[in-house]
Amino acid sequence: MWLFLVTEIMFFGGMFCAYLVYRLAHFNAFAAGSQQLNIWMGAINTAVLIVSSVTVVLAVKAAGAGKRKVLVGYLVVTVLLGLTFLVIKGFEYREKFEKHHVPGPTFSFTDKFDDNGKQIPVNPKEAELFFSLYFAMTGMHALHMIIGCGLFSVLAILAWKGHYTPGYFTPIENAGLYWHLVDIIWIYLFPLLYLISRHS
Amino acid sequence: MSEHEEHKSYSQGFYIAIGITLLVLTITTAAVAFVNLGPFNPVVALLIATIKATLVVLFFMHVKGASEKLTGAVLVSGFFFLAILLSLSLADYLTRSWR
Repeated sequence: MWLFLVTEIMFFGGMFCAYLVYRLAHFNAFAAGSQQLNIWMGAINTAVLIVSSVTVVLAVKAAGAGKRKVLVGYLVVTVLLGLTFLVIKGFEYREKFEKHHVPGPTFSFTDKFDDNGKQIPVNPKEAELFFSLYFAMTGMHALHMIIGCGLFSVLAILAWKGHYTPGYFTPIENAGLYWHLVDIIWIYLFPLLYLISRHS
Repeated sequence: MSEHEEHKSYSQGFYIAIGITLLVLTITTAAVAFVNLGPFNPVVALLIATIKATLVVLFFMHVKGASEKLTGAVLVSGFFFLAILLSLSLADYLTRSWR
């Protein structure tokens, strides 16, 4: 399982690397694009994911103690929190469509203004690059969330049927590790995409 | 990850305390983003993110106190290669004459 997680680190690492290189090359446009993101939705989603990580770890603990109903309860809550994250993400994406910030033929981006109201021109092509990376990274992360929700749904059903005992609950442990990794990726995506360019 | 491995586990209160710490750090990092620290905004944000990730890895993923030494080795090698990817890419892009 850990080897799989390492391949995931490298998979997302490639995108983080692309983001880093383009951010350095087109700093102004990336800052302008980042300032268009909804910091509150991002923060709430971070909190949702952290709480879900806690419920996962409590589910693993319940599995180890052989508490079947508690285990199923925590697994179900985890799935619900995962779905909450995806719904909030969906609203965020809708906002992007409404503002024409989705890369493609309808993409448009107006120049940004600094703290004194001075206009700073932004190359829309460069801003489009920021949003391409935004959608690639958050989209790939959301896909991992969808997979995670599916995994935990199946585990909840199997756990309900009494599949797991204190002597055997490795699948729950491994799914938990996967979920924590997805959480960690978001922990980095949130500051990189939403926070660090607030004052640039 | 074998079934015979001893399962490390903390108390429920401990997990919740770690969770609350992570939430407090999230609020902190979001609040700091509104303060203009100049070049230090990214530094602070990434530092807080790294603290959060470390807490998750050590306590939620039970790397601290894991009975298998291999777990730590695999994890460290993963981040090591990520560091190579990022640092060598930047060493290239930041030193190109045409930029």
